[in-house]
Amino acid sequence: MPYSPLMVLPMKQELTAIGFEELLSPDDVDRWMAASGSAMLVINSVCGCAAGQARPGIRLALEHEVRPERLATVFAGQEVEATARARGHFADIPPSSPSIALFKDGEMVYFVPRHRIESRSAEDVAADLTGAFDRLFAAATATAG
Amino acid sequence: MGTFHDDKHQLHGITVVVDTTGPEIWVGRCDDMDEHQILLVDADVHRDGEDGRSKDEYVERSASFGIWKKHDRVRIDRRAVASVRRLGDL
Repeated sequence: MPYSPLMVLPMKQELTAIGFEELLSPDDVDRWMAASGSAMLVINSVCGCAAGQARPGIRLALEHEVRPERLATVFAGQEVEATARARGHFADIPPSSPSIALFKDGEMVYFVPRHRIESRSAEDVAADLTGAFDRLFAAATATAG
Repeated sequence: MGTFHDDKHQLHGITVVVDTTGPEIWVGRCDDMDEHQILLVDADVHRDGEDGRSKDEYVERSASFGIWKKHDRVRIDRRAVASVRRLGDL
């Protein structure tokens, strides 16, 4: 049974307030995945043990000069079908939440599973992500700029 | 990193690697532990040499991508435990 929408709303807003598109249905996911460019998808969750560090870490990372062009999120345990469809786009990776996937022209190029978030600070999560942004997206950002 | 559950062990909610003195090695999310037992949720187990992989090779792969859970909840006797490590540290 999905979580209460009221309970998860603040956790969703931590991401939507900084520019994340909320993907609520499988069709939303497929449409978002089909677009080109650099992108980040966050599998959000209620788990305080890990998600409590994930969201602030993501916010910090997005202050970095090099960052993905498109941002989206699904909420595990809430938008069940959308989450399943999103995970279907990287079906060889075991599901975990929260988790973060980076894409380049629709291909997944980096993945941060839950266990690499849960024992770290927001600063550590941000450092992991900005390192990946620099390695994977710097050329595209320079071209676009 | 602290959690919201003060009545649980400090590793509550953290994905851990529990190596045993036998051939099994477990990876799962720690629910709780004490001097008698370790309780894991959403856990996987690997036996040394299974699928041609040693314990170390299994842990290395798990550290990169995570695990496919095979057990919702397991209890591991503390007497059989050789070590407990955070997967995120490996």
